[in-house]
Amino acid sequence: MPADFISSLFVFILAAFLGIELIKRVSPLLHTPLMSLTNALDAIVLVAAIIIAGRHETRLSTILGLIAVAASFSNMVGGFVITDRMLGMFKTGKAAKKS
Amino acid sequence: MNPADLQQLIDVTYITAAIGFILAIKWLSSPVSAMRGVLIGEIASAIAVTATLFNPEVTEYKWIIITLIIGAGVGVPLGLVKMTAVPQRTALSHAFGALSAALIGIAEYYVAAPSVPKFEMAEIGLEVIIGSLTFTGSIIAAGKLQEWLPQRPITYKGQNYVSLTVLATALILMIALVVHPEYTHLFPAMIAVALIFGIMLVTPIGGADMPTVISLLNSYAGFSAALLGFVLSNKVLIVAGALDGASGFILSVIMCKAMNRSFTNVLFGAFGQVQAKAAGAKEERVVKSASPEDAAAILAAANKVVIVPGYGMAVAQAQHKVRELYDILTKKGIDVRFGIHPVAGRMPGHMNVLLAEADIPYDRLMEMDAINGDLPQTDVALVIGANDVTNPAARSDQSSPIYGMPIIDVDKARTVMVIKRSMAAGFAGIDNPLYYLDNTLMLFGDAKKFVSEIVQQLSGSGH
Repeated sequence: MPADFISSLFVFILAAFLGIELIKRVSPLLHTPLMSLTNALDAIVLVAAIIIAGRHETRLSTILGLIAVAASFSNMVGGFVITDRMLGMFKTGKAAKKS
Repeated sequence: MNPADLQQLIDVTYITAAIGFILAIKWLSSPVSAMRGVLIGEIASAIAVTATLFNPEVTEYKWIIITLIIGAGVGVPLGLVKMTAVPQRTALSHAFGALSAALIGIAEYYVAAPSVPKFEMAEIGLEVIIGSLTFTGSIIAAGKLQEWLPQRPITYKGQNYVSLTVLATALILMIALVVHPEYTHLFPAMIAVALIFGIMLVTPIGGADMPTVISLLNSYAGFSAALLGFVLSNKVLIVAGALDGASGFILSVIMCKAMNRSFTNVLFGAFGQVQAKAAGAKEERVVKSASPEDAAAILAAANKVVIVPGYGMAVAQAQHKVRELYDILTKKGIDVRFGIHPVAGRMPGHMNVLLAEADIPYDRLMEMDAINGDLPQTDVALVIGANDVTNPAARSDQSSPIYGMPIIDVDKARTVMVIKRSMAAGFAGIDNPLYYLDNTLMLFGDAKKFVSEIVQQLSGSGH
């Protein structure tokens, strides 16, 4: 078992527990934005895609990496754009009357 | 700066990003701080991505920049879709997320093959299997939600056994690769089987179960990213993947509870079949119907109104008309609130977003438990395009397939009005005893048209 694995598992377990505690507190009102926001955050796999694509190890790995760059960046951009739009729509009674 | 220092600096930006992600979700706990959450998420992602571009291993930029532009070109329009299209957009983004995770895993494999150490092989194999099945599963889900594919469950005899055999095959191929890393030709076979399993997993699931499925796929997409983090020893992927995976998992649990069903039941239950039988034998019963004039008069005489929206409101695009109704009733001094069932619509929170888009203040949107206590004191419950989530058989009829499912108790209101196209059974094919109650009035017609006729009546008689 590689040494990395244990430290990775450590991080994973802590993050998963923290995630469960934080997400339980998200208001059901915002469950749709929650899903689009976590999707956008998850698109951070882009950093791995950039490294694979930029390393130029084999032609295949470069091509797969580049497709992953496009797919994950579209998730990142799209996810943030739509989350922003959705949250902008949630207004209280007073704010809604003003607009 | 020497490469070792630079790498450390990049790692620091990853830690910063991880903190940003955690804060982003923390601040989503309330609509007041949520905007700040998105902003910090954006900043965190931007920092991590920018730092990665300076990674010394990255030597070629031209194609990366081109694909980033393509990604933005696809992502921005997907971020600007109509609110009614959000469920399919979300399914599509699960597909993209899983696709990128799977492709990176595949690339890693082929760079290292055939001499992949056993442990890494197991990690990559699992990661690629989950990524691949989530990819095709999400595409099918998106196709169903977009109505390119039939929304009804597609089932056949022995389906569950066939599906499980396919999944087992993928896992066996993975194990074979761990034992014999030199059999590299098994790798594409494993991917193909996982892709097929994804299709088989979602095809039998009906539209009404989509909120659970979309949450589960969200969870899988997250966990595939986290597993990729294990493969690459990249901690920021692990944190983001764990948060996304946990989020999808909790949402699926909430959705299952809201339908009083287990995960296994959603995935292997073939909901539609049971109900077709249940709806078979029913006697002719009388329903009372009413015109827009009657409905308007009853609403105008009420003090407290609760509107219960469902997927039908989204299909009819009636949310803006509902807002007009809300405005006109509120102006008359009537207390109007919305009762929102957790599984109303096609994804968690779907109705809230649609109503918020129509400028209905979010403090009027009540959760099921919050509104149920008030329904006995409510004059009128107006059901728009919702069916099973208001079915009192879930409380009383033990033989009903939805028995035990928590519902919005609209039948306890003094008058119930249900806007519905016809008496046809709901999505799940279950008869709804609500429609035959003495205090129920059926308003037959298209939701949007009917609501606007009520609004006309109310504004005409208002002077």
